Amino acid sequence: MQNLLAPGHRACAGCSMPTVVRLVLDAAGPNTIVVSPTSCLEVTTTPFPESAWCVPWLHSLFENAAAVASGVEIALKRFHKDANVLVIGGDGSTFDIGMGSNSGMFERGHKVTYVCYDNEAYMNTGVQRSGSTPFCAHTTTTPSGEISLGNPRPKKDMPAIALAHRVPYVATASVAYPVDLRRKVKKAIETQGPSYIQVNAPCITGWTFDAGKTVEIARLAVETGLWPLFEYVNGQLTEVKKVRRPKPVEDYLKSQGRYRHLFKKPGGTEVLKQIQAMADANISKYCLVD
Amino acid sequence: MSKVKAIEFVEPGSTQITKTGAWRTFVPRIDQKKCIKCSLCEIYCPESSVHQVKDPISGDLIFDIDLNYCKGCGICEHECPRHAIKLELEEK
Repeated sequence: MQNLLAPGHRACAGCSMPTVVRLVLDAAGPNTIVVSPTSCLEVTTTPFPESAWCVPWLHSLFENAAAVASGVEIALKRFHKDANVLVIGGDGSTFDIGMGSNSGMFERGHKVTYVCYDNEAYMNTGVQRSGSTPFCAHTTTTPSGEISLGNPRPKKDMPAIALAHRVPYVATASVAYPVDLRRKVKKAIETQGPSYIQVNAPCITGWTFDAGKTVEIARLAVETGLWPLFEYVNGQLTEVKKVRRPKPVEDYLKSQGRYRHLFKKPGGTEVLKQIQAMADANISKYCLVD
Repeated sequence: MSKVKAIEFVEPGSTQITKTGAWRTFVPRIDQKKCIKCSLCEIYCPESSVHQVKDPISGDLIFDIDLNYCKGCGICEHECPRHAIKLELEEK
């Protein structure tokens, strides 16, 4: 495995994000230019005057990573150079703040691969709710308590938004399935036009679990049906990672502190049923079970 | 004409000067007899601190953990299919 992200970065012990980035860079190779919006990734890998990156790397603002990457791609074309252009950003910039420039990049059809490592809240600034935060998860801006059971809204369906822009390659991946992730990144890079990959990346501080369990929790998200691994090529669903025996969502939820209130508070059982219904809807939509 | 002072630029991979191994409480130890060389620990390690090296005595390829950077998160212990990695409380 080639190492294009050097050790010594300041990510938390047990963070899944460096693993995601290492796998993405391993698949993309050294001939790659990465643009990163503000995120945990930017903060932990580039504490001035150091950098963990072994490929050219640009930091843009929170909202314009896709626009900067579009410019990089145009400049490469203009000077007849060939390199993979990647955006690696968190869910805050992808789902909320950078949504406008993402939409522009998708719609103009730049040959840029957008990788979103999705840790389902603004972890860098202290676990605030984002558009990606799932239903009834505890965050500091949607706290669970007397009158609330956490985030009242379900997660934004970003792959569907990308598909609505007729993005030729849209996929979801997980840190727990590294072979699948690398294959998807390679396929995305070979795609003519924009591509979007959303990678599930558990966060130990925001989701509250023991550092060693990172990969196990990502695997449980897939095995319960809450994080289906699919691939759309030219708008057609082409591949789905099958789940042999879907596990109950409780297995996934009870392993994390952000769902602790669902097992203690009255009304929690009702919510668990709703979350199970979401998993079942995924299972039938993507035919996860043979 | 004033001479423009050269700005020091950030070297690629320069975070390596920071030895994050100092964060560690538990240290992983690999039992080489149990290891089946599946390389899952190398793939999952967030610190890129698991490497394939040549054993100085037998000459075989073995996995070794670079303790300069290992933060002791325990992902390798948790994911090892043969339970060949154990975390121990580190005495410094």
